[in-house]
Amino acid sequence: FQYHQFQVVGRGLPTETDEQPKIYRMKLWATNEVRAKSKFWYYLRKLKKVKKSNGQMLAINEIFEKNPTTIKNYGIWLRYQSRTGYHNMYKEYRDTTLNGAIEQMYTEMASRHRVRHHCIQVIKTATIPAKLCKRESTKQFHNSKIKFPLVFKKVRPPTRKLKTTYKASRPNLFV
Amino acid sequence: MPFKRYVEIGRIALVNYGKDYGKLVVIVDVIDQNRALVDAPDMVRGQMNFKRLTLTDIKIDIKRVPNKKTLIAAMEAADVKNKWENSSWGRKLIVQKKRASLNDFDRFKVMLAKIKKAGVVRQELAKLKKETA
Repeated sequence: FQYHQFQVVGRGLPTETDEQPKIYRMKLWATNEVRAKSKFWYYLRKLKKVKKSNGQMLAINEIFEKNPTTIKNYGIWLRYQSRTGYHNMYKEYRDTTLNGAIEQMYTEMASRHRVRHHCIQVIKTATIPAKLCKRESTKQFHNSKIKFPLVFKKVRPPTRKLKTTYKASRPNLFV
Repeated sequence: MPFKRYVEIGRIALVNYGKDYGKLVVIVDVIDQNRALVDAPDMVRGQMNFKRLTLTDIKIDIKRVPNKKTLIAAMEAADVKNKWENSSWGRKLIVQKKRASLNDFDRFKVMLAKIKKAGVVRQELAKLKKETA
């Protein structure tokens, strides 16, 4: 996966007027720790009067998925900037891990709405029980007797080394 | 042409790309249109793209996402291993693997056996030719 979830904890530096400044904790998604810290200061600047130059990072830990072997329905609330303004959105994804769902979200926003990574802010994420899912495209997989054929099956070479540009005969795509 | 092999819970599939190439896995749940949750007795349950799987004719009777013990019991009950090794597809794969693992002495033995077999066939053919001539 590309996106990792980090818990970043930081506070403003203690001054004479404020001996014990409030500590703030954020959970965010970034590709690495450096980016996570940068994102933390970005959000914190918008919420409180503190910058990286007069603040300190207390802790940064990566958060891992507790049950990566079960399928969950993730609901993601986001705020993104389009060419004409800011909008809110709610999207649903079916995945085994939250990081996978976030990655799906970023790629889908890029493809469907041409929104790049830096224009997206994740407001909230949640695992949604099957009853409360809103989107048909996730609800159609809530079937314990799901059954469908794979209609278009291209046979791939098992390693990229065996790939050829030309083939002797037309490949058979049925199953 | 109707479809005979469906993606369903309990379908056995062969992995045809990637790290687990050549393994038989059970489709334990469907994540979305392109991915399935697969499980095998010797691997951790994980997701796999359908593009990496080829469906087989074998299907076992399990509920959605069984735990490892139930899965292994169901696989024993359906006798997946024997069914696979006796099917023509399974036998072909075993022969391919054997051929790839021969050493030079084994290949020499195979050559002698082929020559012998061809000699016997040619004798029979000569006999039949003599009868018709």
